[in-house]
Amino acid sequence: MEFFKQPNIDWMGKAKYFFALSGFLLLLGGISWASKGGLRYGIDFKGGTLVYVRFAQPPDVDKLRQALTAQGIGSSEIQKIEDIANPSANPSANEVVIGLEQKGQGEEALDAGKAQILKALSVTYGVSASGKADFNAATPATLAQFLTQRDPLAAGTAAPERYALLAKKLMEYRDKDAGGVLTSFAGLNKVEGATPAVLSALQENYSLGTFAIRNVEIVGPKVGAELRHQAIWVTLSALAGMLVYIAFRFELVYGAAAVLAVFHDVLITLGFFSLLHFEITLTVIAALLTLVGYSMNDTIVIFDRIRENNRLLRKESFADVVNTSINQTLSRTILTSGLTFLTVLVLFLMGGQVLRAFSFALTVGIVVGTYSSFGIAAPLVVAWNRWRGQKAGAGTGPAAGIKSRGSETANGRLAAAGRR
Amino acid sequence: MNPNLKWKALFIAGVILVCIYGLVGMPSFPTSWTKVQDNFAHQIKLGLDLQGGTHLILQVQVQEAISQETDQTVDRLTAQLRSKNIRYDEIRRVDDTHILVRNVASDNTKEFRDYVSEQLASVWDMSYAAGENAGFQLALRPSAIAAIQQRTMEQSLETIERRINALGLTEPTIQLHGRNDNEILVQLPGEGDPSRAKSVIQAGGQLELKLVEDSTPYPSEIAALSAHNGVLPAGSELVRGRSEGRAGSAAGAENWYVLARAPVVTGRDLRSAQENRGQVPGQYQVNFSLSTEAARRFGPFTEQNVGRQMAIVLEHKVYSAPRINSRIDDAGVIEGTFTQEEAHDLALVLRAGALPASIKYLEERTVGPSLGADSIRHGLQASVLSLIVVMIFMLIYYRLSGANAVIALILNLVILLAALAYFGAVLTLPGIAGVILTIGMGVDSNVLVFERIREELRNGKSPVAAVDAGFGKAFLTIIDTHVTTVVSAVFLFLFGTGPIKGFAISLTIGLLANLFTAIYVSKTIFGYHLTRMERQAELSI
Repeated sequence: MEFFKQPNIDWMGKAKYFFALSGFLLLLGGISWASKGGLRYGIDFKGGTLVYVRFAQPPDVDKLRQALTAQGIGSSEIQKIEDIANPSANPSANEVVIGLEQKGQGEEALDAGKAQILKALSVTYGVSASGKADFNAATPATLAQFLTQRDPLAAGTAAPERYALLAKKLMEYRDKDAGGVLTSFAGLNKVEGATPAVLSALQENYSLGTFAIRNVEIVGPKVGAELRHQAIWVTLSALAGMLVYIAFRFELVYGAAAVLAVFHDVLITLGFFSLLHFEITLTVIAALLTLVGYSMNDTIVIFDRIRENNRLLRKESFADVVNTSINQTLSRTILTSGLTFLTVLVLFLMGGQVLRAFSFALTVGIVVGTYSSFGIAAPLVVAWNRWRGQKAGAGTGPAAGIKSRGSETANGRLAAAGRR
Repeated sequence: MNPNLKWKALFIAGVILVCIYGLVGMPSFPTSWTKVQDNFAHQIKLGLDLQGGTHLILQVQVQEAISQETDQTVDRLTAQLRSKNIRYDEIRRVDDTHILVRNVASDNTKEFRDYVSEQLASVWDMSYAAGENAGFQLALRPSAIAAIQQRTMEQSLETIERRINALGLTEPTIQLHGRNDNEILVQLPGEGDPSRAKSVIQAGGQLELKLVEDSTPYPSEIAALSAHNGVLPAGSELVRGRSEGRAGSAAGAENWYVLARAPVVTGRDLRSAQENRGQVPGQYQVNFSLSTEAARRFGPFTEQNVGRQMAIVLEHKVYSAPRINSRIDDAGVIEGTFTQEEAHDLALVLRAGALPASIKYLEERTVGPSLGADSIRHGLQASVLSLIVVMIFMLIYYRLSGANAVIALILNLVILLAALAYFGAVLTLPGIAGVILTIGMGVDSNVLVFERIREELRNGKSPVAAVDAGFGKAFLTIIDTHVTTVVSAVFLFLFGTGPIKGFAISLTIGLLANLFTAIYVSKTIFGYHLTRMERQAELSI
């Protein structure tokens, strides 16, 4: 099976459209960026508190807002998590992220925001009225302690180990099968070892709150700023490293073009992040780094072919050599990009909320990264060579449009070039 | 089969065996399927983001230890100069690292200089200051500051380690973190509630036993001062009592004690500490015993002071001030309205020793077990599904050669996971990103080679020559793409922290594995296939 036999497309002739398209996308991102006053950083980078809560029923945001306001943190951001692949059936439709920005009052009270949010939740959705403990907030250790003390199975000397195991199984049922929020004790009878005696003991001591904390992230504002600087710095140094290697293996202009193209990819992806209001977190940085690697890979494959063809096709103009190279690798480009795109698309649709922003960055990045290798990187090298040719030609005669000798000299093929 | 190919095949089989052993053969040889699964779960360590747990980054206030050194030196200087009868106007602590001794009497200058150069010169630089603050300025040497910093961090790390380990959690990680040299990372896998660990870490744990100077406590600071006409007697200090009723409830009258400044016994003199039931049911206390050396001091001391009170001071608060009824050698008790857990934690903090400086929290992340489980399930489902799609596609598009790519991809994953297991690396979400990029580049390598072989076949080459040329020409490209990515991964590993590092590690291993599978293994399989194929048969690609 084959998709492309012998494509013959004049890519470089369309370079101006590519540049226009990229310019448009960059402008679009830039406008969105500017109008929203910058990117939306996650708490990793700006400091603050994030609490992921899952509710037993679809939560009423207004009620939640009131609960938070009563604790003096009405300014919190409440965001519902929607499951894109399956918005109605999945229990994560009942999930909410409560975000509270650190108000820069020093780092002594790092977890003050968390305490306030938890208090608001337990006042409104908790079980404090019943005077019992919340089973959905129990930990294996406290549960095991309770069971051992109560000893509903009359386990005798083996009690501590037996109840520790039982507690672990009960918690596993709650966390894995019930998705974190148990709505009725009856479901627990599916757990091995949970006899009616155990269940009634549990019911006497515990009640069921209608929420469970899934995840808490607290980052101090100083750490946030530090992480942001570090992420930028590390990415730039990695790019510089690649630039040096490519300049060493090819020519400086190839390295510069590749790095510019990758830069372009990252900026456009960030533009999409701004447009669609996704947050930039540390995980997203990992995705951006992946896209840098991917786009670079794509670009080098084409450059490699250009280098090879430059040797074989001496009669043709540089632009033609580049066209041939892109056409020859087109089949590979489509195939690889298509398959990788498919992979991250599956991840985006099925990966769950934690992977959402991450896989979004990759999905956009792979499309942009593939496009930029023939749409940006290669035309940049061609434009540079043409410019060099014109500059050299101004003194010695009409050399514009022919294959640049500059590139050959730099490659150490002076003798071959002289043959012309 | 030609002997060269045979050796290659043997080598590849060896690598596969080593990898499989690394994944499921440890820690003990599996004898059943469940054991295989257990071993696999043991070998592939999941990060907190996938497993659930608590991640804390705390900052040791190293400056406090430095400041303390300066305070102690001021005390020492004051005492020494007094005993040597060296006259001066004032000893002043300028800032955390500077001390000014003003106007040392001119006939004492030599003595003063001698004392300083003998006793302090290894840690302090002395210079003469003129003008209004005429006198000698002592500055803490940079090397001494660095030494204090290092000592403080080492001690903090050790102390926190002892405390956390005593909590009995599974596989906690406690290590230095970041580039600032004052941060410590604490990871508690599976621990959904960090509050207990945090209070144990943060407890100062400074225990002191001090003699009570005034037999009755005062209701306020002012009352205590006015009883002494505004000035406390030399060598004494005013310490607040721990108000009854716990944090939050302001009930209970205040108590202020006048205590001897110098402690008789400190936390360092403890041999052990244990929680015990108190006299009131449901309340707990902490009993402690002293080391033999401290007991040798404490015995005579208590004998001399029978009838007086001894204050038990914890973190600058008086917990109780019992009367000394008879000689006490090595046992004591801290009473308070503790619950069992509080008493247990206090005892363990005392046993583990005091922190050399206080700490602040910079970051706290808790991933609940249900979220971690979700992430794994979603991530795994997505990865497996996409891998299957990719493999089916390769089989359709490249027919028999596609099988070659499928083998290379699976092997790549196996090697990558095994390497993570052997290195004891942790698989995190960003690490999975690295794996995805690896798979992408793995597919790419195969596609590059296959497309090249097709091209050569189109140009009329024989299958053997086409395969040879295909691998030869694609090789340079593959090397270039891989080295470029590894170069960037090295930067990420060197300068990145946490998640970025995890990404770099799995990416680097994955790419190296890919060079092996997509070129070496794939070429060997092609070679094997070609030797068995009839000369004129067509290559299935």
